[in-house]
Amino acid sequence: MKNNEPQNLGAHSRRTFLKSLGTVAATAATAQVQSVAAELEKANAEKVIGQNAVPVTLKVNGGKLKLMLEPRVTLLDALRNYASLTGAKEGCDRATCGACTVLLGDTPVYSCQKLAIEAQGIEITTVEGLTKNNRLTKVQQAFLDKDALMCGYCTPGFLMSVTALLKKNPRPNAADVKHACAGNICRCGTHPRILQAALKAAGVETTAKTEIVDYV
Amino acid sequence: MSNWPTETKYIGKSTARIDAPAKLTGQARYSSDIQAEGWLYGMILRSKWPAAKILSVNLDKARQIPGIKAAITVKDGPQTIRFYGEEIAAVAGTSKQACLDALRVIEVQAEVRHEFVVNEDEARKENSPQVWDGTANAPAPHVRETGSVNTAFPECAAVIEGFYSTPVQIHNPMETSGTTASWTAEGLTSWASTQGISSVRDGLAGSLQLEHSKVRVITEYMGGGFGAKFGAGVEGVLAAKLSKEAKAPVRLMLTRFDQALAVGNRPSSFQKIKMGATADGMLHAFEAENYGTAGLGAGGDAGGGGGGADIPMPYLYPVPNTRVKQSNVAINAGSARAFRAPGNPPASFGMESAMDDLAVKLGMDPLDLRLKNDPNEIRQREYKLGAEKFGWKQKYQKPGSSPGVVKTGIGCAGAAWPAGGGTRNTQGEAQINPDGSIEFRLGVQDIGTGTRTVIAVVAAEMLGLKPEQITVRVGDTNFPPGPGSGGSTTCPSISPTVYNICAKALEKLQAQAGIADARGENWFAACKKLGVSPLVVHGQWQQGLSSDHAGGVQFAEVEVDTETGLVTAKKIVAVHDCGLIIDKLTLESQINGGVIMGLGYALYEERVMDDLSGVVLNPNFETYKLPGLADVPEIEVVLINMPERGVIGIGEPATVPTAGAIANAVANAIGVRVCSLPITPAKILAALGKVPPFVTA
Repeated sequence: MKNNEPQNLGAHSRRTFLKSLGTVAATAATAQVQSVAAELEKANAEKVIGQNAVPVTLKVNGGKLKLMLEPRVTLLDALRNYASLTGAKEGCDRATCGACTVLLGDTPVYSCQKLAIEAQGIEITTVEGLTKNNRLTKVQQAFLDKDALMCGYCTPGFLMSVTALLKKNPRPNAADVKHACAGNICRCGTHPRILQAALKAAGVETTAKTEIVDYV
Repeated sequence: MSNWPTETKYIGKSTARIDAPAKLTGQARYSSDIQAEGWLYGMILRSKWPAAKILSVNLDKARQIPGIKAAITVKDGPQTIRFYGEEIAAVAGTSKQACLDALRVIEVQAEVRHEFVVNEDEARKENSPQVWDGTANAPAPHVRETGSVNTAFPECAAVIEGFYSTPVQIHNPMETSGTTASWTAEGLTSWASTQGISSVRDGLAGSLQLEHSKVRVITEYMGGGFGAKFGAGVEGVLAAKLSKEAKAPVRLMLTRFDQALAVGNRPSSFQKIKMGATADGMLHAFEAENYGTAGLGAGGDAGGGGGGADIPMPYLYPVPNTRVKQSNVAINAGSARAFRAPGNPPASFGMESAMDDLAVKLGMDPLDLRLKNDPNEIRQREYKLGAEKFGWKQKYQKPGSSPGVVKTGIGCAGAAWPAGGGTRNTQGEAQINPDGSIEFRLGVQDIGTGTRTVIAVVAAEMLGLKPEQITVRVGDTNFPPGPGSGGSTTCPSISPTVYNICAKALEKLQAQAGIADARGENWFAACKKLGVSPLVVHGQWQQGLSSDHAGGVQFAEVEVDTETGLVTAKKIVAVHDCGLIIDKLTLESQINGGVIMGLGYALYEERVMDDLSGVVLNPNFETYKLPGLADVPEIEVVLINMPERGVIGIGEPATVPTAGAIANAVANAIGVRVCSLPITPAKILAALGKVPPFVTA
């Protein structure tokens, strides 16, 4: 599987990828040759961008962010370090902790695994964009009431996951919440409170089974 | 002598975290969020060898990478590497990508040492490669003896022997260790992710030979520590040096990988326990040998204390005849640091497992064996209360008698935490302004436990105001000094300090304003009489308002699938005493957190080293498993209210007994014991004889 592109593993462009894919696909499945060829042609027509900084426009929290970014800059890096939107947190930078979760449209995604250039054109919501007119959302308020946060570093990620869940399913049960938050990690141990807060935001009040007993 | 008020409006009630809105809206700036003017990224080059001698490091090519503003080595001359991941060099540049590019082109000349050891048992052997040249990896154990075990064992009616082991656990706070450092002619400012701003300040001043007054540490918000973040750290020192060379602030946060290699862990333990009791169930003889590893040694930046592998033995229960041998084993791995209740979770797991094994041999209910032997009256009460809430009597069945494929079991365990009291040199100040606004300034930090809220609750109670009327500033060494957040000492340190400040403030304010009682509705009128100059009152920790030695017991109910080996924790009842409760809401959160960390210790967490390459195999979250939302059982918290004891910290005792209680519940369910944590499906199936036993190389 050789191609004539310069040997540069760091700059494996979409074009070289499709070219190599095309070779395999063409020999393997002749039926797909035409569609692959068409795709290849389209890809070849695209201008390869990078490696230097390129203009990128992101639609974030209802506004537009115009940034100059190397194509390899992730959405998380762009938001935090080029736009000072530090609400989304970096906990692992490898799609395992969920602290960087933002909404792309209504879908929660790990912003550490999305290149900023790929996120153009889609409405991005970060934790800073949840609050309207300085009023906490139902989800934020429920987190506050239930103390569903401790150090607070994972909190923006959980907030985005729960917010996305409630947009899709306004009446989730406990299993739905657990599923929606399966991609978020907390080390302080706020889990039971997050579950209660998510249900509270959905209108289901639960009480913590805590009792204070006098020592006599 | 002063006393806490008995009729309260806020103390002992639930107050929402006062900094929750900042944290929930993304406005709270954590250490990793700091963007000082003209800041640069910093990154560290780490050793890819577990043992080597670094002869030279050439930074020339790194300096030529566009955007790189500084490049430094950790040592000026040759450097001895003792673990995979040890720091060699560091760079600072205008982007993350530039730094990554620069690290790739640093040329390191090294004599790689192929003899190294990362396994405790191998390291103890006589011909094992030495981590420290000329020093045995496992020095002769220190021995403690009481009575005579040799004559006592034959007097016992029942004797058990077990080998209980616990793994190296990694702190893994959600925010990694690191800092933004700005070193100018005026001095050094470090926005560190730390649980001890004062200890970081002292550490930086010492390492960089600066006057303490020239170093300022700021930690407004930080993302968890659990004992790993007391010291300045190699990364903190490197960030400062990079800043000096680059003449710009440098943010150097560790990667998740780095976090697993170089900034602390909980030592492992291998506890060989022989224990006997007389026919009535009284413990009579205890003999134990324990060894564990704190990596290359607990000395390396073990701020906060307790980084060693020794554990309290025998735990909780007095035994008249004991012989305990313990030793620390050095291996080629990053050094241990204090980790939430150092020594106690492994000690609780070992001793409480042995207690249940002994109960089986004696034919006793394990709860009765504990009630018989635990001299602590508070824990006696906690066991009885917890057993009732949990339904121990109704649920208890003989080990292994649960029917079906998915078996249920129950277990319990106890905790003691000898510290948890106040730090007497804690200080603070309050500024009362003529407009009635009041600001508290304490040189402590909030690691997620609710420090700001505790200060606001105590102040509101004392002054007759509302918590939201109190402005709280913490996390700055320019404020009066406070303790590091460790050992469950923060709450009992700051609560009496705020009490003292408030008492003095009222006295002064009342005198100046000529008002008999300036609290509550008189507050604003009194403050107005200050005229134009605010009143600043300094206070300190005072005796009689806090104490220590919190304990607790926990009950666990589990399900074990005997076909897959999967253990599911169903329910935990956690009964804890913590003296005077300041904020019920944040206290419950602390206990939940302790239980969940204990759950991870029991079932999931373990640092895995590769014997052949010396590499940590799971320095990430996909293979180092932490409990997730779906793993967390129903947690019922029972708090024993003892206001007469004053304020006691709860962070540590809450995590101590969980693993022991879960392990006992598992043994009760399947009728055989899994002696080593974490209790993985493979170990369950091996214990049941369904797969060959687990063998370590």
